[in-house]
Amino acid sequence: MTETLSVGEPGTGTHAAASDGPAASDPAARPAAAPAEQPGTSTRRVLIIMPAWNEAESIGGVIAEIEDALPFVDVLVVDDGSTDGTAAVAHQAGAVALKLPYNLGVGGAMRLGYKYARDNDYDVAIQVDADGQHDPGYVPKLIDALSQSALVIGARFAGEGDYQVRGPRRWAMTMLSWVLSKLAHTRLTDTTSGFRACNRELISLFAEWYPVEYLGDTVETLVRTLRLGYRVNQIPVAMRRRQSGTPSQSPLKAMLYLGRAFLTLFLALVRR
Amino acid sequence: MNLTILTGATALLFLGFIFELVRRRRLREKYAVLWIFVGVIVLGLGLYPRALNRVAIAVGVANGVSLVLFFGVMFLLLVCLHLSWEASRLEDETRVLAEEVALLRLRMDEQSERTEERSAS
Ligand SMILES: Nc1nc2c(ncn2[C@@H]2O[C@H](COP(=O)(O)OP(=O)(O)OP(=O)(O)O)[C@@H](O)[C@H]2O)c(=O)[nH]1
Ligand SMILES: [Mg+2]
Repeated sequence: MTETLSVGEPGTGTHAAASDGPAASDPAARPAAAPAEQPGTSTRRVLIIMPAWNEAESIGGVIAEIEDALPFVDVLVVDDGSTDGTAAVAHQAGAVALKLPYNLGVGGAMRLGYKYARDNDYDVAIQVDADGQHDPGYVPKLIDALSQSALVIGARFAGEGDYQVRGPRRWAMTMLSWVLSKLAHTRLTDTTSGFRACNRELISLFAEWYPVEYLGDTVETLVRTLRLGYRVNQIPVAMRRRQSGTPSQSPLKAMLYLGRAFLTLFLALVRR
Repeated sequence: MNLTILTGATALLFLGFIFELVRRRRLREKYAVLWIFVGVIVLGLGLYPRALNRVAIAVGVANGVSLVLFFGVMFLLLVCLHLSWEASRLEDETRVLAEEVALLRLRMDEQSERTEERSAS
């Protein structure tokens, strides 16, 4: 499955080459937004991409809330082989639902989402969790921040909200934040957040290349984006409690998480 | 002494090769971890051959060579098992894909028939 995205060296692909050009020469001085993209939310086509796996209970409410608060955005749900009819519920709620025949993981689902965004000519793509933990009220702020950078992270631990993580998981997050902040020349406090917005250029990059490994979808995409010379920034967001289901954190997995965080970051840094 | 250099160099080359494969995204991390583990063990044995005999004595096996043979065969068996498991998973997935394509084809045929009927009447 990974062969298609690893063909050739990254620099020789048409997409990488197209985005490499202006970015590589002078990252700092490079304007983040193309001239056609005016700041302000009304002129741009915005797509919210929701990776969802067995979220039938919560997804209807989440979509309804988004359509209520943000009438100008379209919603795409990528149902990743759910067994509880997530896609049907999403369709009922008025979203476009893509149904994958079997589970590809968040990274695989997001790549499909970005392909849809590219083929349907969207200017902005925003990843939002289907479990209702991401407050759509922050979406306009994310879109506004895209006038300064190519990718904007909705970050927990940045002042707003009371989201807490402890133990090895916290050490891993601190280490990732420190290294990626250095790379980005700006403070990034939450590099594993799945609440993020990106512009047109990154949509076409992610449509071709998006890591499928666990943690790769968040950490490795950031490293690659920064190395290509794009600007990454964050805005503080408050996280909400899950509306249904069980949280995926367990103390036993925390140590493993730390190891994988190191491995992912190391590989992302040595890879081209 | 010569054997030490030979095993050590082989292990280093092997590790470098794995690393390069991962770096070029030709090998997924989950497989790389396994092979890096093997490379590190071979490297350790190459540099400290005496450690092998000590382990053999501790476990109660006659000598280090039998121990290496045993673990080598066990390891290869496990790798083969793992690959068969992955192949089964891939087979299941392609089967599901084929089913989906058949269903999609039917739906497309039905749809085009319907539009033909509509344009004919
Ligand atoms: N496409 C896809 N989406 C997934 C998969 N696993 C989880 N998701 C979705 O990814 C989003 C985040 O998943 P969560 O399990 O809430 O992960 P989290 O928010 O990091 O952790 P929690 O603290 O447990 O909420 C949700 O929208 C899930 O439906 C998967 O295998 N495939
Ligand atoms: Mg969640």
